[in-house]
Amino acid sequence: MQASPERKATIPFWRDERILNILGQVAFVIGLIFIGSLIYQNMKVGLATQGITLSYGFLKGISGFDISETLFSYSRTSSYWQAYLVGLLNTLSVSAVGIVVATILGVILGVARLSRNFLINRLAAFYLEFIRNLSLLVFLIFWYLAVFLKLPRVKEAIIWPGPIFWTNRGLGIPWGIPTASFPTFRLILFTGLILALCVFFTLRAYSNRTGRTPITLLWTGLTFVIVALVGWLILPEKPLTPDLPFVKGLNLSGGKILSPEFTALTSGLFLYTSAFIGEVVRAGIISVSRGQVEAARALGLNGFQTLRLIVLPQALRVIIPPLTSQYLNLIKNSSLAIAVGFPDMFYVSNTIQNQTGRAVEMISLVMLTYLTFSLITSVFMNWYNQRIKLVER
Amino acid sequence: MTQTQSILPPLTERSGILRWLRKNLFGSWSDTFLTIFGALVIYWVVKGFLTWIFKVAEWNVISANLRLIMIGQYPLEQVGRLWIALGFLMFLSGNSLAIWARKSYIKTILLLAAPALLALLPFGDEPRKWLITLTVLGLIGWGTGRTRPEALARSVIFGWVLSLPVFILLTRGFTSENGIMPIVGTNLWGGLLLTFLLTVVGILFSFPLGVLLALGRRSELPVVRLASITYIELVRGVPLITILFMAQLMLPLFLPPNVTIDRVLRAMVGITLFSAAYLAENVRGGLQAIPKGQYEAAYALGLNGAQTMFLIILPQALRLIIPILVGQFIAVFKDTALVAIVGLLDLVGIGRSVLAQPKFLGLQREVYAFISLIYWVLSYGMSYLSQRLEEKLGVGKR
Repeated sequence: MQASPERKATIPFWRDERILNILGQVAFVIGLIFIGSLIYQNMKVGLATQGITLSYGFLKGISGFDISETLFSYSRTSSYWQAYLVGLLNTLSVSAVGIVVATILGVILGVARLSRNFLINRLAAFYLEFIRNLSLLVFLIFWYLAVFLKLPRVKEAIIWPGPIFWTNRGLGIPWGIPTASFPTFRLILFTGLILALCVFFTLRAYSNRTGRTPITLLWTGLTFVIVALVGWLILPEKPLTPDLPFVKGLNLSGGKILSPEFTALTSGLFLYTSAFIGEVVRAGIISVSRGQVEAARALGLNGFQTLRLIVLPQALRVIIPPLTSQYLNLIKNSSLAIAVGFPDMFYVSNTIQNQTGRAVEMISLVMLTYLTFSLITSVFMNWYNQRIKLVER
Repeated sequence: MTQTQSILPPLTERSGILRWLRKNLFGSWSDTFLTIFGALVIYWVVKGFLTWIFKVAEWNVISANLRLIMIGQYPLEQVGRLWIALGFLMFLSGNSLAIWARKSYIKTILLLAAPALLALLPFGDEPRKWLITLTVLGLIGWGTGRTRPEALARSVIFGWVLSLPVFILLTRGFTSENGIMPIVGTNLWGGLLLTFLLTVVGILFSFPLGVLLALGRRSELPVVRLASITYIELVRGVPLITILFMAQLMLPLFLPPNVTIDRVLRAMVGITLFSAAYLAENVRGGLQAIPKGQYEAAYALGLNGAQTMFLIILPQALRLIIPILVGQFIAVFKDTALVAIVGLLDLVGIGRSVLAQPKFLGLQREVYAFISLIYWVLSYGMSYLSQRLEEKLGVGKR
């Protein structure tokens, strides 16, 4: 206590680290504010010369342009905001399809890469190495211009496998038309879902109480499928009638027609991402040491039990974080849709911005949407990491 | 005595092609099935591919437009400058190989002879002369490096540092119309040249920015840390294409009205800002791997904060993350393709304009396959080099 006044006297404030830290931060903030205000001033002057004031009000205006692919009813009399939502939904649908297929393909590739079969192993290694060194943009453009637009014309469509039509106008796949009993069926599906959830939680409580490990996911899935099947069979009229694609004049008709843009974008995205996911899966499986498997076998677990109870939980801990960041990459990469002309969020916002000249608003809106995606992902990641964290002594 | 003699040595596994096949390809029924399936896939893909390459594809679209793909619309009479710049790089490579890779003769020969080998291809007389000159320059560099390796090492490093400004200066020119080096506007830069410049500028400028951001993120000052985190997470959360659009459309708005900045420069700014955020995270990973004892030892030796960071911590952290950094650099290289979307004539953009010529309509497969090949070869080459570098530096072994 006595020494403190002396110390105060010996260290002048310009060498006191605490004061310097605060001064440094104040200077930093002032610098940031100065640059920020400079940018803002310049922008305001620049926009004023163009006769634009920043506001999002224009989003209510009538768009006046068509969008080739929409998931809900949209026309050129709809508002800019609705156009943007159409784009957002398109982005989400491309991402959803891409993520599901890329995961399946990636897991197959990762396992194949570890196969003891020489040929399969080399094949997977070649695929991974080949795809990972390509530029995604060139890859997407190649799929669009050099593959899907080069498919034969509708009259000479390739019909393979089964009733799937490959033409340069798009891909025709079988689809179902809902009939009068479809609403009832939807209700049955919903009931099945609730039943399945009940089974899930019961089994989990049972597992927590007894320490036994029933195959929860299997029983949950089975419950849902059985309810759905029974519902399908007992309804007097089938809820869906098959709708097969066929050639009508110069166009495809019936079924579901996937545009070349959509197919090129999704297939390019999932083929590209699957290579990265394959590498992630491979690393995850390798990370589980051999001793774990041998110990499990020594305890008398069979192959499936070893995989389900010992290897997978440990591998998933390594796999999930990089896997989610690959998913996020796929969502962000779907913005390259603009190169193949698929109306995703970025493409639509670009059109809006060309029409209205509202560059600042549209770019910030798009960025904000993508940021929301990554925020949701990182919240999920934190939750997951918390949950699976190794419980240490 | 008799007992030890009766113990037989363990059975050695007989080796042979049949045994290898049995073990690796036909171990069980499922294995055999997979092998046959794999063989069919290989047969089908390779056959289709070879048929296309040698029978169907019309490669004259590439040979007719090779110059366009390589350098875009760079004026023909100024191309010599690019060759001189390449020659400078070649000379430095020869020097470096002689100084730092004295033992690897095969690699040296391959690298130095590569231009001369390219000269064997039908490129025309002018490029052929230059390609041979490149090999000669490389050899001269190798020879001088061989004679006085220690004395030259420092100036060669200096030369590499200088090579980018030299390259850009030579590409752009610095005198008026009638001087010896008339200025070539960036709107005439294109093809691989533009891709290369965008990549190198992106890497070089994002590197210090990334290191600063990483340091900022680990800073003890909350304001600096918050600002760094915000920047990094903002940029990492959005696609590159939005940043490029922002650079193209909004950067001019942010600057004072009398300052104009051309489109190539805007793209460079966009790529740099984007890549810096990713680099920062990589560098942070390296920094986190350095044990606290290193800091304490440095402070105990009397180094101050900055000295500790730049002399002790950063060199170790950066060495740890060399493979990750190279991966990031490859990503920058592949990402530069996106500038085609904002209308620059890089490899992809030039591909589009080649295909717009009425003579070459409908040859998308050939053009884009060739462009993919360029990307693939360069990316694979970089990752191969980084693996070798990793082995040489013993990353993860010490």
